[in-house]
Amino acid sequence: MANVKRSPWLLHYDGSSCNGCDIEVLACMTPVYDAERLGVENTGDPMQADILLITGGINAQAEPVVKQIYDQMPRPKVVVAVGICACTGGVFKDAYNIKGGADTVVPVDIYVPGCAARPQSIIDGIIQARELFQKRSEEHDAMVKAGLTYEQYKKMKDEEEAKKVAAAKAEEDRREEENNG
Amino acid sequence: MDFSIRIIIAICFIVLAPFLGGLLEGCDRKISARMQRRIGPPILQPFYDVTKLFKKQYVVVNRSVHFLLVSYMALMVLTGAMLFGGTDLLMCFFVLSTAATFLYFAASVTNSPYTTIGAQRELIQMMTYEPAVLLTAVGFYVAIGSFRAADIVNSNYSLIVKMPGFFFAFVFIMTIKMRKAPFDLSTSHHAHQELVKGITTEMSGKNLGIFNITEWYENIFLLGVVALFILNRNPWSILAAVIVDLVVYFIEILIGNSNARMKWETMLKMTWIVTLLSAGVNLLVLMVIK
Amino acid sequence: MMTVPIVPFLIIFPMIIAFLMLVIPLNPKANRVRNAIAYISCVAIMAAVGILVAMWIAGGTKPIALYSEGMELADNATIVGEFILMIVVTFLSFKYRKYWICILSIVPTIAITWLEKSGYITKETPRIYIDHLSILMCLIVGVIGSLIVIYAVGYMHGYHHYLHQRVQDRRNYFFMVLFIFLGAMFGFVLSDSLTWIQLFWEITSVCSFLLIGYTREPVAIRNSFRALWMNLLGGCALTIGIIMFAMTTGMNSLAGLVSFAEQAAGTPLGDFAIVPVALIAFAALTKAAQLPFSTWLLGAMVAPTPSSALLHSATMVKAGIYVLFRLSPAMHGTVTGNMVAFVGGFTFLMASFIAIAQSDGKKVLAMSTISNLGLMVACAGMGTPETIWAGIFLMIFHAVSKSLLFQDVGATENSLGSRDIENMHGLLYRLPFLAFCMFIGIAGMFLAPFGMLISKWATLRSSIDENNIIMTFMIIFGSATTSFYWTKWLGKLIAQTNEEPVKDITKPNEKISIAIHAVLMVLLCVLMPILTKTFVEPLLAEMFGKTAEVLPMSILYLLVFIIVFVFVVPVISYEASKKMHANQKLSYMSGINTGKNDGFVDSFGNERRLTLSNYYFANRLGIRKLMVPCQLISMAVLIVMMAMIIGGAF
Repeated sequence: MANVKRSPWLLHYDGSSCNGCDIEVLACMTPVYDAERLGVENTGDPMQADILLITGGINAQAEPVVKQIYDQMPRPKVVVAVGICACTGGVFKDAYNIKGGADTVVPVDIYVPGCAARPQSIIDGIIQARELFQKRSEEHDAMVKAGLTYEQYKKMKDEEEAKKVAAAKAEEDRREEENNG
Repeated sequence: MDFSIRIIIAICFIVLAPFLGGLLEGCDRKISARMQRRIGPPILQPFYDVTKLFKKQYVVVNRSVHFLLVSYMALMVLTGAMLFGGTDLLMCFFVLSTAATFLYFAASVTNSPYTTIGAQRELIQMMTYEPAVLLTAVGFYVAIGSFRAADIVNSNYSLIVKMPGFFFAFVFIMTIKMRKAPFDLSTSHHAHQELVKGITTEMSGKNLGIFNITEWYENIFLLGVVALFILNRNPWSILAAVIVDLVVYFIEILIGNSNARMKWETMLKMTWIVTLLSAGVNLLVLMVIK
Repeated sequence: MMTVPIVPFLIIFPMIIAFLMLVIPLNPKANRVRNAIAYISCVAIMAAVGILVAMWIAGGTKPIALYSEGMELADNATIVGEFILMIVVTFLSFKYRKYWICILSIVPTIAITWLEKSGYITKETPRIYIDHLSILMCLIVGVIGSLIVIYAVGYMHGYHHYLHQRVQDRRNYFFMVLFIFLGAMFGFVLSDSLTWIQLFWEITSVCSFLLIGYTREPVAIRNSFRALWMNLLGGCALTIGIIMFAMTTGMNSLAGLVSFAEQAAGTPLGDFAIVPVALIAFAALTKAAQLPFSTWLLGAMVAPTPSSALLHSATMVKAGIYVLFRLSPAMHGTVTGNMVAFVGGFTFLMASFIAIAQSDGKKVLAMSTISNLGLMVACAGMGTPETIWAGIFLMIFHAVSKSLLFQDVGATENSLGSRDIENMHGLLYRLPFLAFCMFIGIAGMFLAPFGMLISKWATLRSSIDENNIIMTFMIIFGSATTSFYWTKWLGKLIAQTNEEPVKDITKPNEKISIAIHAVLMVLLCVLMPILTKTFVEPLLAEMFGKTAEVLPMSILYLLVFIIVFVFVVPVISYEASKKMHANQKLSYMSGINTGKNDGFVDSFGNERRLTLSNYYFANRLGIRKLMVPCQLISMAVLIVMMAMIIGGAF
């Protein structure tokens, strides 16, 4: 099993942030923090990226853009929301043009809080993201090995999940019955 | 040189070049990082990257990109194998330019804005370095009377003695070929991104992996040409050639890290002037003393 | 030996057909008859060329000399022909008020007549001389010329019905000129008599003039007269050369002229003997549209495409090259040779620069024709067996691929309504057949492993062997720029597009001609090693008395290997990639792709169409910027060197 987590390539998207978080994201690549020692590359190209870093809340104009960029990224992929605005909408949450955090548009996996988020926490977020990336990559491999498309695989996984839940529920019910009885 | 030995060397090139090229790129990234007072990624990082790329989902903008890139790689491998197999140098360079044409095709089929501009710049780069590359072959021919790499390697002394101007011109255009600043117009390894990723913008996963491996082949091929300037009958010259290769590679890294990107016009003028002055004067001298 | 009068047939038969073409009236029914006659006579011409070649092979591929005596009637007929031409030119130049041009026709005609009647020509020499080079030219004219005429039948229909409805339909006239041209071209390449050569030379010039002015639009008339005076100027130089040679030696033979100059080289007579050679070479430079005379060929692109294909790239301009090849043994190592080589090399380099700035398909083809002719001229000027070897191959490949490209661009223009390269975006999906053939033609012009590249390899090597450093540089920089403009055209053809397919109105006969050319192109590339052993090396032996091993065996093997590789690898990987499961994604436009890859959303939320264009550098490399300086430089070189040559003689 190849160790893909050693090569997480980033795509940084700036929603409607105040640029505070963006500066901090860039700071991660500077000699002081040097995220490249983890194999990180700031690609700027969704076709080549593994991890999508979103800063700032999502407004109406940015929504289709984020969706399109997310769609252009090849699987397996991970989304990291950096800064409180990207997590929840932050102080702009109730502004007329803000939809909210990044998770209103694309499925966010890792939330990095802070205003602005500190480079250390961003790097921590990236490290968590790459673990998730590794896990998804293994799933992706299994999927390719089984010769399934993503939709089929997802359906299969969902069914498995549903079965597990059902089994757990049945177990629960049985226990409850035992307790009651 | 014996025919079978030449075949073996060519096969060695085909098998080993990607490893060597990847390793060199790893060193490149490490050294670059050190030059910027960073720690930098592990030396094996390029291999991690390429393995990952091959494991990712196969995403395309146009399906034709893949076969064009595979042809690009195959032709590049052929170019290198021809060089290391000791065949005609000029033919080798012609195949090299055909390979580059396939890369241009792979970029232009996508019909994407960033890739297209990158491809146009790649074309300008091709036009820029082509004279120096061809002149290198010419220089060898004038110096030793043969275009064949096998004859060049069999000379009595290192040909760099006779052709320092050609050597300089070739090292100069290697900066273009290795996509190092200030001549990394069409794409670059770093994120200065007025063209996003230039010619490689629409390449992802497998395709980008193929592109990267081809770059490794190409770098080894270029270093092979550099080695031709040094190699001679004496077996010790192999050691010298390796050292010169490493020095040239280091110089390229240094140039790449200490320059900003140039406009294409400056690049074209500068390169052609250097080609004319350095290789041209050298050629003139060679023809006079011949 | 030559029992069948095949040579007179080749010259006179097209002329008769030309007359038929003219008298058949212009209506749909008669058009059909004319087309049928055109097809049949094309096949007849091809068959006749076939018979000629067969007879020549049956004779052991030895040179054949014919008609050395008792040709008074034919000689008188040539004089009549000269006068007819003179009258045509004089009439047209008065009609369009370009009075001075008629002088360029009247003077040579009277001079040649005087020469014939004055009795200076004392030695009877064969009028017709057939050797390898003539046979090669005959094959090019016969096969490619006939195919282009077949193509023209369909093309002219589309030309008048779709593209140029306002232009007066003068197809009878058009086909007449085409057939006259074919006859004259055969006469030109088969003749050894200098006066005959002069006549046929003038006929081709006038044919070109008539075809350029076909549409009778002001720009066409202006360009046609430019072509006329430049070519007639060459004709004048040719006439002076012929008269000088005849007056000194009493001979009227091209082969005699070359051997005389060759033998005289180094002796006190040498400086004098080279003057006619230089004058004829000068004439050849005008015909081959070298700088400073390149503008006529560029202007000739207003003519209907079949005439551009036939006259202005595949055959007529090759007449200049043919003459230079004939003269090359005499030119080797002389000032004349250096002059020709320099002009050729300079034209090769500068024309390829100018071609970068062109976006009109036909203009690119014209500039590239000029540029490649320059390379051939340079080969002839250097005049060693190796360079002629390269030049011959350049000529063969160039004739086939340029003819293919011109026909293809013409057919594309009829269907697409434009011949601008920018409008050929994604042509491979819109006009698949034409685009595919165009791809082959362009690839043949510059990509490994096609023949042009091998010829360039040989030229480069021999220019180094000749210690000609300027030539080496011109070839190297010229080939870099050449690949630039071809590659960007290819990129346009294959780019992905959403535009609707265009209705292909190409007629079957056009398609047949184009397809045969494409197949021929690939075949020539594969058969090149055989061709060099069986044809080109004997040709060189005939010309120089020695042959050169230009292509070593190792290169030959390598070549075959590369050919297989370049054809096979893309095909295999293409087939393999078809099976791969791919996820189609939008191309990257910073996330604002409208969803069809052909537009984006601007900052006001409006959709904008995306247009991608190639680089042209028009304000740096355009015709306006470069042409005049290039003409001045080359004119200065020509004048100085001609002065040196002529001054050295006296």
